[in-house]
Amino acid sequence: METVKIIKPMELLNIDNITMQFGGLTAVSNFKLKITPGELIGLIGPNGAGKTTVFNMITGIYTPTINKIYFQEQDITGIKPDKIAKAGIARTFQNIRLLDNLSVIDNVMIGFHLHLRSNLVSAILGLPSYAREEKSIHHKSMELLEKVELEKFKEEKAGSLPYGQQRKLEIVRALATGPKLLLLDEPAAGMNPQETKELMSFIQKIQDDFNLTILLIEHDMKVVMGICKRILVLDYGITIAEGNPAEIQNNPEVIKAYLGVDANYA
Amino acid sequence: MKKNNGKLYTILSLIVLAILIYFAENNLDAYNLRILNLGAIYVTLGVSLNLIFGFTGQFSLGHAGFMAVGAYVTTLLVLPPWYKEMIYILEPLVWPFSIMHTPFIIALFLSGIFAALAALLIGLPVLRLKGDYLGIATLGFAEIIRIIANNIPQITNGALGIKGIPEFTNLWWTVGVAVVTIYIIKGLINSSYGRALMAIRENEIAAEVIGVNLTYHKVMSFTISAFFAGVAGGLFACLLTTIDPKAFMFIMTFNILIVVVLGGIGSITGTVIAAFLFNISLEYLRPIEAGFNVGPIVIPAIPGLRMVTFAALLLIVILYKQNGLMGGVEFSWNGVSRFFQKLFPNKKTSEGSST
Repeated sequence: METVKIIKPMELLNIDNITMQFGGLTAVSNFKLKITPGELIGLIGPNGAGKTTVFNMITGIYTPTINKIYFQEQDITGIKPDKIAKAGIARTFQNIRLLDNLSVIDNVMIGFHLHLRSNLVSAILGLPSYAREEKSIHHKSMELLEKVELEKFKEEKAGSLPYGQQRKLEIVRALATGPKLLLLDEPAAGMNPQETKELMSFIQKIQDDFNLTILLIEHDMKVVMGICKRILVLDYGITIAEGNPAEIQNNPEVIKAYLGVDANYA
Repeated sequence: MKKNNGKLYTILSLIVLAILIYFAENNLDAYNLRILNLGAIYVTLGVSLNLIFGFTGQFSLGHAGFMAVGAYVTTLLVLPPWYKEMIYILEPLVWPFSIMHTPFIIALFLSGIFAALAALLIGLPVLRLKGDYLGIATLGFAEIIRIIANNIPQITNGALGIKGIPEFTNLWWTVGVAVVTIYIIKGLINSSYGRALMAIRENEIAAEVIGVNLTYHKVMSFTISAFFAGVAGGLFACLLTTIDPKAFMFIMTFNILIVVVLGGIGSITGTVIAAFLFNISLEYLRPIEAGFNVGPIVIPAIPGLRMVTFAALLLIVILYKQNGLMGGVEFSWNGVSRFFQKLFPNKKTSEGSST
């Protein structure tokens, strides 16, 4: 048994046929997905298809009604979101959820809180051990901000940033938690073509820099087709197709359900 | 360098504060001392309420309850056993309270601990609630504490209350406790844990997904807040020298809430200023309760008119200046130096303008 486990390439995330029901409504049914480290996977589907529900289940905001989710072969079903974050899954939100009244730098520094080693007393009294840790957190946060060229706004309130910058800040905050798996919920929403282009290279860059595995929800087909090697299509909670961009583009099910009959976007 | 300067200024201003207290204790009459003492106790109460309400965003109305716990604990600990035997007429005081006798400082500390334990006990279930619901639940807790105090004469002497508590509280104690409270709560707010608390206030779901353990941080904030409310309750008992359950009605929490909202939710500086302003103006507004004339209109004596003034003030603040006096701005030595550089731009322009 043990030897078999070692030989197999370890899956980072293994979603085993989960179903999510809200009362009588089945939001997602029999969803399965195995992600190996280093992948960049796209999750697409029409509005209300259940994409964000999948994210909410992976991050522990919802607990799947049926079956389980494994992260690094650990069962994470029903575990609280903060524990899942600590295990190494970070996410952004479709409707940006920044800490609007806190400064940009604080928004990033809070991401390091889950790895804080100092205890409450040493933090309150500002003991040297804590002061060192705080300094290093500040330093690392500045480095992250420099990556997205937000360092000049570090004292601004996060809520006062322009929309595109807020999206970047939210991604940086997610990176601060030191994730292995990053879930991006419509990162390109509301961006103009130029910003979208920058975002695509940014996503690829952070994937390389931080050794990340990324699962991405996106409506902008240019983004999904451009950077994802593998794509899943959800419709009414059911996975209707899975494959590489070319396969998805030519899949009749997908064209019917999502892209429209005479879609010719490519 | 600059930070060290700040520390130096803080120490210097604490020395100045100590000198001021010394003079106040020796020169002011009992009436004015009482006002200042109450002001300082309100600083402790306000700053601790601000921690849970202003910084953590949890609408707690339980402060009077925690105060009551603290007040009774201190009272039972500082009263000498022979005196306790004498005043518990309805029913004798139960062991071990009947024989316990500790110094004031230990009594205060234990008051805080007991209040914190109460907070821990109710915080775990109650802090799952949000907004108004949490407010009502904590308000209910405070009322329960008061009614329990009314109904266990073997510990609290019931509605008769306890009189003749030694008057240990003076400005050294009240201001000292206020300074310690501010130091600790400010230290907490400015730490990574404080950022976690503010993250909870800003967006609970986001905070949780970034890895902030909601239960731990909320209960921690609530417990620390209650600790200081308990200590303040002990100071309060030994200032008034008499307590009974009626002293800890909802109006007490409401007064603290006024101080926090007037001073600015989430501003310690604002709370400090508002605490003293509130207590001083409460006294100076006494004449309006005696009745007065506005031109030909005769306003009769109405007890409680002072509080109406505050209610009106609160309305004005909520309508026109939601951020309160200080609007989330905190006092800092850097801020002071910037202010003076603005006032006297001719001096020291070389450094000031660059930032």
